[in-house]
Amino acid sequence: MTEAKPQAAAAAPSRAGMKKELPEHFKAYRHVWVFVEVERGQVHPVSFELMGEGRKLADRLGVELAGVVLGPPGEATQAAVAECFAYGADLAYRVEDPLLADYRNEPFSKALTDLVNTYKPEILLLGATTLGRDLAGSVATTLLTGLTADCTELAVDQDGSLAATRPTFGGSLLCTIYTLNFRPQMATVRPRVMAMPERRERPIGRVVTHPLGLVEDDIVTKILSFLPDRDAGTSNLAYADVVVAGGMGLGAAENFQLVRALARTIGAEFGCSRPVVQKGWMPSDRQIGQTGKTIRPKLYIAAGISGAIQHRVGVEGADLIVAINTDRNAPIFDFAHVGLVADAIRLLPALTDAFARRLSPHNRDKLAG
Amino acid sequence: MHIVVCIKQVPDSAQIRVHPVTNTIMRQGVPTIINPYDLFALEEALRLRDRLGGTVTVVTMGPPTAEDSLRKALTYGADRAVLLTDRFFAGSDTLATSYALAAAIRRIGETFGPADLVFAGKQTIDGDTAQVGPGIAKRLGLLQLTYVSKLGAVDPDGRSIEVERRAEGGTQVLATRLPCLVTMLEGSNEMRRGTMADALRAAREPIVVWSAKDAGIEDIGKCGLRGSPTVVKRVFAPTARSEKAALIEVRPAARDTADALIDALFTRLPKLEAELIAAQTA
Repeated sequence: MTEAKPQAAAAAPSRAGMKKELPEHFKAYRHVWVFVEVERGQVHPVSFELMGEGRKLADRLGVELAGVVLGPPGEATQAAVAECFAYGADLAYRVEDPLLADYRNEPFSKALTDLVNTYKPEILLLGATTLGRDLAGSVATTLLTGLTADCTELAVDQDGSLAATRPTFGGSLLCTIYTLNFRPQMATVRPRVMAMPERRERPIGRVVTHPLGLVEDDIVTKILSFLPDRDAGTSNLAYADVVVAGGMGLGAAENFQLVRALARTIGAEFGCSRPVVQKGWMPSDRQIGQTGKTIRPKLYIAAGISGAIQHRVGVEGADLIVAINTDRNAPIFDFAHVGLVADAIRLLPALTDAFARRLSPHNRDKLAG
Repeated sequence: MHIVVCIKQVPDSAQIRVHPVTNTIMRQGVPTIINPYDLFALEEALRLRDRLGGTVTVVTMGPPTAEDSLRKALTYGADRAVLLTDRFFAGSDTLATSYALAAAIRRIGETFGPADLVFAGKQTIDGDTAQVGPGIAKRLGLLQLTYVSKLGAVDPDGRSIEVERRAEGGTQVLATRLPCLVTMLEGSNEMRRGTMADALRAAREPIVVWSAKDAGIEDIGKCGLRGSPTVVKRVFAPTARSEKAALIEVRPAARDTADALIDALFTRLPKLEAELIAAQTA
């Protein structure tokens, strides 16, 4: 179940050479769309990150950038439409219907599919969230077009095709994927992979409204209830300013309290590498890396993490990466900015104490004075 | 109840090596496993069968050697295994894969009785797309429940199912109609140890092997490379950063090393100290 199967990679040159005159009926497909994810009144930040990328693609192609907002009638949907323009959209498509109050596959995939078939975008970007992936897979299959998951780079080729780059083989290599003869070219991008663009207050521009065309009886799946996460902090990992993480070098599940203690002292979020989750030492929502969370903190401290590519692609957006590892040849020292060849189990408590001293009220006053 | 579970045989990612010159995956000698996420789907299907009665059919698309994973699934207690294998499938992307698997599941239904439920893992560890499950659902016209963390009441006679589904910021409790397709979240259960009886049966149980034609696929153009809208144009290793990490000297006392490290951090991020303090007072 893979985008970039070994066979596909091996056979790519012959296939890539087949290109191509885009079939006539696809030539009407123009412009770049970003699906704007609104859940319980909030726009997911990944939608704005995609708006930034979409703006670049649209400018390169000389076309318009549109935000697509699906939601119930009311303020939240209206606000999401306004945000599209604040983050650089030229226009917005809006489907407003009470049936779109909470995410369900059936009404959302119908609304998005109808919009695509009616207004024909050449590129459609979605966040690779649980919602975005659920929706994108359905819509791409209905449209019979290509969908590239979890892209880390989006670019436009000389001939105007979308070049979507993503990690492959569990993150050991990167590959660039094209959807040559089909439209739209669809891609998902995980939260935090792209930088957050600047928000600029701008008036609401052109808004195209489209009907959903469903009644509740048409929708089979019913939402019985919604149970919000109790530990709301877990979702902050991707957006935290400071992150401390541990890897297999910590040796045992109980040593992760050292990571937590340091994180608590400096007000950071904590995480771990993939093998740690596979060992069952940490829950999967704490995993940092290609298949976990992507982070872009100001400071990232990696303790006992070797730095496999799958981890690297999830942390490269950090301003400053600090690595603590006993193995001076560990790949993490190839992309960390500051390194310490030391045993994290010994060093973490010392680091926690040192930070506590530095950030103590006494020192605070000194700094203020 | 008839439950179909889609599995994939994948290289054990822990042992993948990349050829330093050609940047291709060196797959020789790399052991294969059942995609770990699929085990949660299989276990959930087996539990449901144990509770409500019926059969579990596992299906995979892959090379003839994918039989190994099917036999493994039989040792866990699956009743029947179907291998969809054909050179026409080589190079399939997710759209072509979902086309072929949907055809096979349709044929499984015609041959062994219609499927009430189709299970899949949330994604694979080699492709990580999470697209084939939704693709199969769409092609079979099944309702789709992805990222399911817990199965609630399943009523084969009333044709209904309730699940808990992981959503952004919380859990949705959903009810829908059978047949449907469920992708299971990791950690939702723990795979059983197969019984000795199942191990013995798995060794001699004939595997159902179907070509594209056997699965009722008439349009080969929708399979493999030809049926794949996406094209992999380039595979490459990420470029290394030009400079290596600046190493902090390790002092005899961990306390001194820690202080040196913090000095280095605050020098490189001059605003950090004030920000950390501000965050603490906030």
